[in-house]
Amino acid sequence: MAVLVALTVSIISFSLLYLSGDPAVAMAGENADDAAIQAIREGYGFDRPFIVQYGDWLFSALRGDFGESYYFRVPVSEVIADRLQITMLLGLFSTSFALVVAIPLGVAAALWPNSIIDRAALFLSVVGQAIPSFWFGLILIVIFAIDLRLLPASGSGTWAGFVLPTVVLGYYATPAIMRLTRTGMLEVLSADYVRTARAKGLPAPNIVFKHALRNAIIPVVSLAAVQMGFMLGGSVVVESVFALHGAGYLAWESISRNDLPTMQALVLIFSMFYIAFTILADVVNAWLDPRLRVS
Amino acid sequence: MADDPSKNDPILSIRDLTVALPEGGDRPYAVEGLSLEVRPREIVCIVGESGSGKSITAFTTMGLLPGALRPTGGELRFEGRDLLAIRRKEHAALRGKKIAMVFQEPMSALNPCYMVGDQIVEVFATHTALSKAERKAKTLALMDEVKLPDPERIYRSYPHQLSGGQRQRQRIVIAIALALDPRLLIADEPTTALDVTTQAQILHLFGQLRENHDAGILFVTHNFDVVAEIADRVVVMEKGKIVEEGPVGDVLNRPQHPYTRLLISAVPKRHPSPRDEVSGKAIALKVEGLEKSFRLPGTMFREGTSIKAVAPASFAVRENETLGIVGESGSGKSTLVRCLIRLIEPNHGSVEIGGVDVARLDKRAFRIHRKDIQIIFQDPYGSLNPRRTVGDQLIEGPVNFGVPRETAIQRARELMRIVRMDEDAVQRYPVQFSGGQRQRICIARALAVEPKILIADEAVSALDVSVQKEVLNLLNDIKKRLGLTLLFITHDLRVAGEVCDNVLVMEKGEIVERGSVAEVFGNPRHTYTRALLDAMPGKGWDVPDLSAIATRPTA
Repeated sequence: MAVLVALTVSIISFSLLYLSGDPAVAMAGENADDAAIQAIREGYGFDRPFIVQYGDWLFSALRGDFGESYYFRVPVSEVIADRLQITMLLGLFSTSFALVVAIPLGVAAALWPNSIIDRAALFLSVVGQAIPSFWFGLILIVIFAIDLRLLPASGSGTWAGFVLPTVVLGYYATPAIMRLTRTGMLEVLSADYVRTARAKGLPAPNIVFKHALRNAIIPVVSLAAVQMGFMLGGSVVVESVFALHGAGYLAWESISRNDLPTMQALVLIFSMFYIAFTILADVVNAWLDPRLRVS
Repeated sequence: MADDPSKNDPILSIRDLTVALPEGGDRPYAVEGLSLEVRPREIVCIVGESGSGKSITAFTTMGLLPGALRPTGGELRFEGRDLLAIRRKEHAALRGKKIAMVFQEPMSALNPCYMVGDQIVEVFATHTALSKAERKAKTLALMDEVKLPDPERIYRSYPHQLSGGQRQRQRIVIAIALALDPRLLIADEPTTALDVTTQAQILHLFGQLRENHDAGILFVTHNFDVVAEIADRVVVMEKGKIVEEGPVGDVLNRPQHPYTRLLISAVPKRHPSPRDEVSGKAIALKVEGLEKSFRLPGTMFREGTSIKAVAPASFAVRENETLGIVGESGSGKSTLVRCLIRLIEPNHGSVEIGGVDVARLDKRAFRIHRKDIQIIFQDPYGSLNPRRTVGDQLIEGPVNFGVPRETAIQRARELMRIVRMDEDAVQRYPVQFSGGQRQRICIARALAVEPKILIADEAVSALDVSVQKEVLNLLNDIKKRLGLTLLFITHDLRVAGEVCDNVLVMEKGEIVERGSVAEVFGNPRHTYTRALLDAMPGKGWDVPDLSAIATRPTA
């Protein structure tokens, strides 16, 4: 299944090359004559059949060779490697931040529905959903970097540089995870097996975390996987606000520079991450819930 | 304990217990002024219909009331301590140790994420200082005591892996309750979801418990046969109040209160009344060699296998006959009738309705025959669309078959009268009706296309006994008035005995016995039929002739 998805994505990302017009014309520039275009066409192998080009590209890609960036004139893999590291770190931090904030809040909101905690959590999630992340990022820069001078406003040189981007990107993923945790917990807390756990006289934390949360968290895991993939690809805005030169920022740059090999590689890599996260979520869920294990 | 209660002091003594309902309910109290006692080695049954407050009483004792309900008065003494006055932590410390509970739904009472053995071990881990090895040894011994086969294997199983479904799950739940030899065991309809043979085994287990563990048992049920089987004393509840209580023999055989009398008179009689002769009538439905098996798809590691749900089945039903199909869950009775109306496609065989073999028609050609054979399902809550009015759902069938809308609406109103409901009910939504009323609506819905054959698939199983009686009477009346043929699927042998002319007994997809009700129930030939009849609880008791019993002058 995952293999099929990966193949489909690779075909689509390869086709990008042709969707934006004849790549040779685009590369040659506006004033090139026919001979130059023809030379590029032959030099880059654009004159071969589509399927051969695709096969060639795919096998190189599997070896980590995505061709040469039109803009930087160095191998795409080199361009991407550093950038990807930053984005992956940011994604990992943000997801952790989102989970650490959202799950306890969601559990607390479900344990005391309609209480102050529940209202506060609801307020936080509405705000999180409503505020655009670039604006939230700017506000944080104003407060923590300019007024308080506690954290750097940009750059990825130090750990401190990641704090604000993590908060902004993580906060963006928090509402959905929190609300899902809350709904799941509310449902599970009224389940018969939680009642059985109470009837056994188990201590309350044991009931909440061992018996209820494990069942409630299963859909949250799937959602978090999607969110994590989203954070890798969708960190463009946050990366630009904080001038973090990550892969998201690179994607945006490549689009404006018409740097096709880089775009193809990024689309493919982001998709592979999505697929990997989904598989990871399935593995975690199978560990959580024995009913999901393949017999 | 220093002040160990003497042998015969009540374990549980409830005085004037009142539990308030949230405002806006149909009555102010869920339980009002309730007093009862449970002594050692005594089984006290609380009976009553849904909403009578019997489960609330059980949950209050356990300290497991839902948040919206609060005990507002009275006391609830367990071994002398008032459970309403102690702190929640102290109550929790008693739960699972000295007071334990068995629930109604074994299906959902176990956590799907943990091995069943671990779910039992937890009780020891919480309340005792036993070592890990001791806990496991105790758990295995306990599983043996509740007669779970192969404890080692079951210990490591997850709830969904237990074979025999409900049966083994309920034994696990009972093992959890028995783990620490509780003084008081509360059972809330513990056998309602079970087959009759399993029910018999579980009830037997409760009987043994009383003997071996010296426990007092508070047993909540709505089933008078179960009461007759195990109770020492009976408490009858109506709308939150106790209306009658006493030794089991007195209450069951000489009921005094009108409500008790109503409930008991609604229990189907064990000795069926004589039936109308149907043997001369024309054949309405003829089934020949009907067969259904389901394929389990193979995976990479395992070949696909097929499971026979219905072995070749042949039978005929005459016009105006009521044919019962009885058997335990998984015996294939529902699959059989679903094949008749092709909700499930049979593999082989013929189904003749009025001379036409509908099993062989293609789907399009079969459509016009659908109105000849209609079905009523078990769950009146799930089988009506909550977002459409009753009227819309009643006219949909006839309109589909070309009846003008106006005529269909007229007919829907008439049907409401036939099922003894208010005509204006057609404008309302299903949520506004009770379970019994909804089942009447379902009956009206089935009748709307004027079928010749009506299938009732466990149609009264989910209903309270008094409502069940009304619906059964209604079905019987309608059958006579409209000249219907009725296929009546049930696992309740009493109900089958009351309404059917002939019965088929099914076991594992096969019809093992057939004949008139009197023959099959009076003189069963097949071992399975005998086992079923044997397993029926309360054999020593039959519904007394209430008209012959005078009400005792109230003191």
